[in-house]
Amino acid sequence: MTFRKYLVLAGITVFSTAGDSLLARGMKELGGFSLHNLSGLLLAILNPWVTAGIILLLAFFACYMSALSWADLTYVLPATSLGYVLVALVAHFGFHEVISLTRWLGIALIAAGVGSVAAGPSLTPSHQRQHSRHVSRDTVSQEVES
Amino acid sequence: MNEIYAWAAIGVIILASTTGDVLLSYSMKRVGHVGELWKRRGALAVIGRVLATPTFPLGLMAMGIAFYSLLFGLSWGNLSLVVPASASLTFVANAVAARIFLHERVGRRRWIAALLVAGGVVLMAI
Repeated sequence: MTFRKYLVLAGITVFSTAGDSLLARGMKELGGFSLHNLSGLLLAILNPWVTAGIILLLAFFACYMSALSWADLTYVLPATSLGYVLVALVAHFGFHEVISLTRWLGIALIAAGVGSVAAGPSLTPSHQRQHSRHVSRDTVSQEVES
Repeated sequence: MNEIYAWAAIGVIILASTTGDVLLSYSMKRVGHVGELWKRRGALAVIGRVLATPTFPLGLMAMGIAFYSLLFGLSWGNLSLVVPASASLTFVANAVAARIFLHERVGRRRWIAALLVAGGVVLMAI
């Protein structure tokens, strides 16, 4: 794993969390939507919060696709859950919100899960991939499972 | 009755988002290391190659179905049921699907991680 790859994984966490938050804030500003009022959903793009949220979610998707091109799905997915932890930490240290004991326990479980995956190899060999010329040249695939 | 609808929506969300993740992961493995491709051929080649992979639009479609099922699910069930139930079960379903369809070697380390993260997501949401 190179530093750049960790940056991509961090991008997944940060962009998805920030994108979701901006989108949620924009949608709240616009009020509720019903399925009978679908034209309102199209106009929602004009709201600056929604626009910014969509741009960040596109950045998330680019990072996610990039990570999936060099790492297993079961390696990348736990990184997406770190967003929950990030939101809670920002709420606690940034906005001084009180976090309940169950939520701290949840944070600990997610962090332990991510740590458990991150300590292992990012890509495990499979039958199909041994024929792939791109991956076989990648040093990550040569990492040995500990 | 709404509770049954909510759980049906949760089932569809799990199925669709797992299908989507597996298809997208499969597509990107076929595209190959994006960073290296970018360096050798440029950004347009990367985008062209991703879009030319037939499983990619299928994966996007499945993700779209998952997103709209979430919207429907939220109209039938509580936020505190639908979001943690679908998110945490999707982590477990993905580990199973990645092992079966993507032939990933899901060792003890990754099973434990899937269960820890699934449990953590539930705890954070209640």
